[in-house]
Amino acid sequence: MKRTIFGNRLLPWFLLAPQLAVTAVFFLWPAGQAVWQSFLRQDAFGFSTTFVGFANYGALFADPFYRNALQVTAVFAVTVAALALGVALILAVAVDRMIRAAPAYTTLIVWPYAVAPAIAGILWWFMFNPTIGILAYGLKQWGYRWDHLLDAGDAMMLVVIAAAWKQVSYNFLFFVAGLQSIPASMREAAAIDGAGPVKRFFTITLPLLTPTTFFLLVVNVVYAMFDTFPVIDATTEGGPVQATTVLVYKVYMDGFVGLNLGSSAAQSVVLMGIVIFLTVMQFRYVERRVNY
Amino acid sequence: MVENRPVLDFLAHLVLALGVALVAFPVWIAFVASTHAPTRFLTGLVPLLPGDNLVETYRTMLTAGISTSGAPPVAGMLWNSLVMAVLIATGKIAISLTSAFAIVYFRFPLRQLAFWLIFITLMLPVEVRILPTFEVVAGLGMLNSYAGLTVPLIASATATFLFRQVFLTIPDELTEAARIDGAGPMKFFRDIMIPLSRTNIAALFVILFIYGWNQYLWPLLITTDDGYYTIVAGIKRMAEAAESDPKWNYIMATAMMAMLPPVLVVLAMQRLFVKGLVETEK
Repeated sequence: MKRTIFGNRLLPWFLLAPQLAVTAVFFLWPAGQAVWQSFLRQDAFGFSTTFVGFANYGALFADPFYRNALQVTAVFAVTVAALALGVALILAVAVDRMIRAAPAYTTLIVWPYAVAPAIAGILWWFMFNPTIGILAYGLKQWGYRWDHLLDAGDAMMLVVIAAAWKQVSYNFLFFVAGLQSIPASMREAAAIDGAGPVKRFFTITLPLLTPTTFFLLVVNVVYAMFDTFPVIDATTEGGPVQATTVLVYKVYMDGFVGLNLGSSAAQSVVLMGIVIFLTVMQFRYVERRVNY
Repeated sequence: MVENRPVLDFLAHLVLALGVALVAFPVWIAFVASTHAPTRFLTGLVPLLPGDNLVETYRTMLTAGISTSGAPPVAGMLWNSLVMAVLIATGKIAISLTSAFAIVYFRFPLRQLAFWLIFITLMLPVEVRILPTFEVVAGLGMLNSYAGLTVPLIASATATFLFRQVFLTIPDELTEAARIDGAGPMKFFRDIMIPLSRTNIAALFVILFIYGWNQYLWPLLITTDDGYYTIVAGIKRMAEAAESDPKWNYIMATAMMAMLPPVLVVLAMQRLFVKGLVETEK
């Protein structure tokens, strides 16, 4: 809190006006529209709309495709987060041992942060291309016929790898920062007491890294759920047979391609609920810095 | 390091070398593909070393594009991406600076409400309100324009919070001194607050530039005129056509050009980048 302030009544509103105007017109109004439309049903020709209460939500959760999308999203988010966090942690622990080489390695690992998710998708899509992709070719030598256009598991692998590849750099930076904040005296004390490197990692480093890990877990789940639309749209387009249709992709398909306004709006509202939950998690627990 | 263990050091170097390779490999393959002539891909074996068609491929894409795949010249798309990224970054920073200043340095009714309204934007990413936002923008006649590409994205809760934190650390004595010397609020803002938050502004600019450059869904929705295509969204339209008539060298050349600018920004301004990344997540 500031003790010294300026005493003008109108000026703060002028200063806030641009931000509030953009928020109201492009955030609050559309969100309100989505909530309102989720209670309406339009007939097939768009001539009349009727208020249907929670019918859209009921239909949504009864729809096997939507339940499939929920499941796909859960699998996708958990796999992306686990892969991206695991690889980043291993790399961060390795860099933490380095003294002179650390900055060079860091530079070489962080740059994919700048690569757009859509481009990351295209790169992996090219390498896994069943006819000319180098990885698909390699897998064929091992006796596996990779085809993400037909095989649901292959398609899921493709989008998970592309999405995680891009996220490793971000997690890496935060893990390195987390590792550096662990006092060296603790590890030295444990070493003197006879704990080897592996034991020290599991009893000292990992527990003290919990706040960072928890924060990154939330960020990665948010990333996998909401920022990976481009990865999926640029590669599998939700296929084959909706095997990679995550919730965000389904909102887009039902709203823009299928023009099913009521259902799309209800899906938007469900997603808003999820974002609000995740944001609250992040702010409540990250602020307090979970520690054991 | 606690004790000297050569085996572990070696292992760490090995892990990191693998990590670096894993990170770079897809880009290397894309680069190699972009340097070969299109006929090279018909044989079914992907080359691992660069070919001799680099200049030709990149020149074609930059100046002509591929008309059959609905791809306009890349130079135009790069320009649109640059305009979009710079406008979004500057716009977000400008309106967040003034909002944070208003919230920290004034007491007015509904101040808490204003703060919460800004906070809410964090919870409403474009992806969850695609259709209604599109309708608003269409209703305002902002489709196929730079305004439509940027204005709906420039509200920023994170930037506002960041500047609020920065302003809160600025000592009250400075404000008092400025007031005694007769400076009004706007003069204080312009001559003291902005210079003091210069490094924060620069760090945030790096992050927001990347954010703006990498936008995908929004430009894809609201641009139908290829004069407004951005490169990241434009590449999808090329890849779609590629399913039937693959022009891999051109697609990969476009991908290379799409990632080069933001990657260069990260490499050239690594310190600011890391600072910005860590700060925006506080």
